[in-house]
Amino acid sequence: MANKPYRPVFLDLRHIRLPVTALTSIAHRLFGLLMFIALPFLLYVLELSLRDPAGFERAGALLTGWPAKLGMILLLWGLGHHLLAGIRLLLTDLDIGSRLPWARRGAWWVNVGGFGVAVAGAFVIL
Amino acid sequence: MSRPLTGLSAWLVQRLSAIYLAFSAGAGALLLWQQPATDYAAWKGFWETPVVGAGAALLFVALLLHSWVGVRDIILDYASRSTALRLVLLSLLGAWLMLLGVWMFSILLSATQP
Repeated sequence: MANKPYRPVFLDLRHIRLPVTALTSIAHRLFGLLMFIALPFLLYVLELSLRDPAGFERAGALLTGWPAKLGMILLLWGLGHHLLAGIRLLLTDLDIGSRLPWARRGAWWVNVGGFGVAVAGAFVIL
Repeated sequence: MSRPLTGLSAWLVQRLSAIYLAFSAGAGALLLWQQPATDYAAWKGFWETPVVGAGAALLFVALLLHSWVGVRDIILDYASRSTALRLVLLSLLGAWLMLLGVWMFSILLSATQP
């Protein structure tokens, strides 16, 4: 198949203005990717914790360190946003909330809700 | 005869796996919230219960399928000009997911060993 003409690309972050729905959407994708990248690390901790009692202790020690705590909060934010944005998309599949005012409201709730999950997680974890 | 690729099966897999992930992860979190595993014995016991092991195995399968569809979408979107690059990236993704799958199941199986 012959190459189609190149699509225009505009990636100047200083001048891109996104509607709230676009923010929800790109965050949905980025958080999904983030969680995907975190998977091997999470699997390592799980494996360590199940190996033997010493491994369990070491896994616990790892998770109480600052890098892990910050990482867990970030992942909780990611999970919260990704899950809420996904539910919003499922509702769209059912033709619920598709009209623009509702779509923008839904996007706002997802963004706020996802961040709320992160804040709640921070209270529990920190 | 040729059928157009509509992306319908990917769409369905993504939705169904998402629903199972949400429910199974939620159920697991609820179980652990009600009965937190405070030591190794309790933690191992949790993963040894058949319902947990089976649920987790399916969760891992759903996770692998869900992330395949999602990351594949990203690759298709941004490696849109080179078929060769797309092929390489998608193959690497597939290989990586299979590796993760083997690892996930080895973890679950090891948990059932004393």
